[in-house]
Amino acid sequence: MTTSRFAPGTFTPAPGRGRLGHMLAAHARVETALTLRHGEQILLTLLIPLALLLGLSLLDVLPAGEFADMDRVDWITPRILALAVLSSAFTGQAIALGFDRRYGVLKRLAATALPRWLLVAGRLVAALVVVTLQVLILGGVAALLGWSPSAAGIAFAVAALVLGTLCFGALGVLLGGALKAEAVLALANIVWFVLLLAGGILMVPSALPEAYATVVGILPSGALAEGLHAALVDGTFSAGSCAVLAVWAALAAAIATRTTKLT
Amino acid sequence: MNAAAVEITGLVKRFGSVTAVDGLDLKMPKGEILALLGPNGAGKTTTVEICEGFRTPDAGTVRVLGLDPARDGATLRPRVGVMPQGGGAYPGVHAEEMLRLVAACAAEPLDPAWLLDVLGLGSARRTPFKRLSGGQQQRLSLACALIGRPELVFLDEPTAGMDPQARRLVWELLAALRTDGVSVLLTTHLMEEAESLADDVVIVDDGTVIAQGSPSALTAEHAEDAQLRFRARPGLDTRLLAAALPEGYVAGESSPGSYRVIGHVDPQVVSTVTSWCAQQGVLAEELHVGRRDLEEVFLELTGRELRT
Repeated sequence: MTTSRFAPGTFTPAPGRGRLGHMLAAHARVETALTLRHGEQILLTLLIPLALLLGLSLLDVLPAGEFADMDRVDWITPRILALAVLSSAFTGQAIALGFDRRYGVLKRLAATALPRWLLVAGRLVAALVVVTLQVLILGGVAALLGWSPSAAGIAFAVAALVLGTLCFGALGVLLGGALKAEAVLALANIVWFVLLLAGGILMVPSALPEAYATVVGILPSGALAEGLHAALVDGTFSAGSCAVLAVWAALAAAIATRTTKLT
Repeated sequence: MNAAAVEITGLVKRFGSVTAVDGLDLKMPKGEILALLGPNGAGKTTTVEICEGFRTPDAGTVRVLGLDPARDGATLRPRVGVMPQGGGAYPGVHAEEMLRLVAACAAEPLDPAWLLDVLGLGSARRTPFKRLSGGQQQRLSLACALIGRPELVFLDEPTAGMDPQARRLVWELLAALRTDGVSVLLTTHLMEEAESLADDVVIVDDGTVIAQGSPSALTAEHAEDAQLRFRARPGLDTRLLAAALPEGYVAGESSPGSYRVIGHVDPQVVSTVTSWCAQQGVLAEELHVGRRDLEEVFLELTGRELRT
């Protein structure tokens, strides 16, 4: 070994932290790309909601009493959007986090100059980007099916979607950051299924027994579905739903900061 | 500014009833390569993880570049490069994507494309991490440790799973780091690596330092006996060889076909060994008399038995 392939001075230290905006953008971009590249994530976040949107809009399978004299697609679309948020921000997020921990990603990133809060912020920004794409695609298909949302409620719907994404994102980090990857995988899917069927997404509280309807109303899934329904069908702001989502988000975030493990 | 790169005093770390690190002291000056050696479970990784701020000590003090990694992590992390054992990356991330993400966290990073090329990952840029070979994953992980131009790097088994070419490349790279004034603390199981690269070797066992010094000092210190090495067909009965030698000599087959005789080696001993080989009808090849190498010192200090 006479000459080195590394010129002297190549590795002369020049340490320092990257710019925060640059780090956040880089982290969120990778997280988003990984979600969009992952087949199972696409199935969960897009194909299943899309299939339900088409099926429930076109086929006469829902009890007619649920949507009275409305178009089926007007009734189902807000609920499909709630499902899309549940799928990506919660279930997809939790599973990805569980396996990222297994592969040492969090430890790897925690060893860089990336501040700890940015580890979560990058994931939440990515979750918001994915939800935006889901809403555009699902909303576009719904429009083709004749969906006509209340124009007055669009801003309220956006607020509910952002709050819902933060709430389910925090719950996803709580679950994905605490348990072993396999346990996260099982639990995140079971919770998805239970909330879809019994958590107020496909069945409205008014169609349920009173005590049970109260419980569903304070679940994040029920609150998000009702908030989106109020905004997109009635054009009104559901402060109660948003309060429920905010409380769940704060609780989940407070617990997750204590329980989230790097590996 | 004059603080040591790493200074550890009386470090203790327990996991339940197991004491992984038990009163460890270590001082590593800036700008040198220090190799931490020790059997599996000796406490090397735990010690390194405490220096990296991933674990907190139960007792003792740890200073990295003069700072407390548990308290001053945010100040320290931009100055330190870390290669965790077994790497660390998203399973689906492309090699280049991962390195660019880590580069984005640094103020003046090296050029990621250049670093991938020198580390032989140029053709694997768009390969997902989980499809990289073990050696490629290790090289990517090393790239992530170096990309931010750190002052100090912690490398936990940097050449584990690498082929000989890659290992040599990494050794060359570590030498270049030292030339450029980067401090390197590495753990390894390869005595050759420690012997040829490290300014200082620290041998750890049962969570405490049992020997330290430069490789030459360590081998000299424990060189009251020399050794004779030779190669021959595997499976010779070394008990017979030991019986042919005077009292106090140890003979053994250190790996198949590779034999060692330890004791005071004089011309008579060499003659006895070669005659004994002749009686067995084998030719002793690559006969070598010399000071013991680091591996011998290590085995002497930590025992030859496989730990369970």
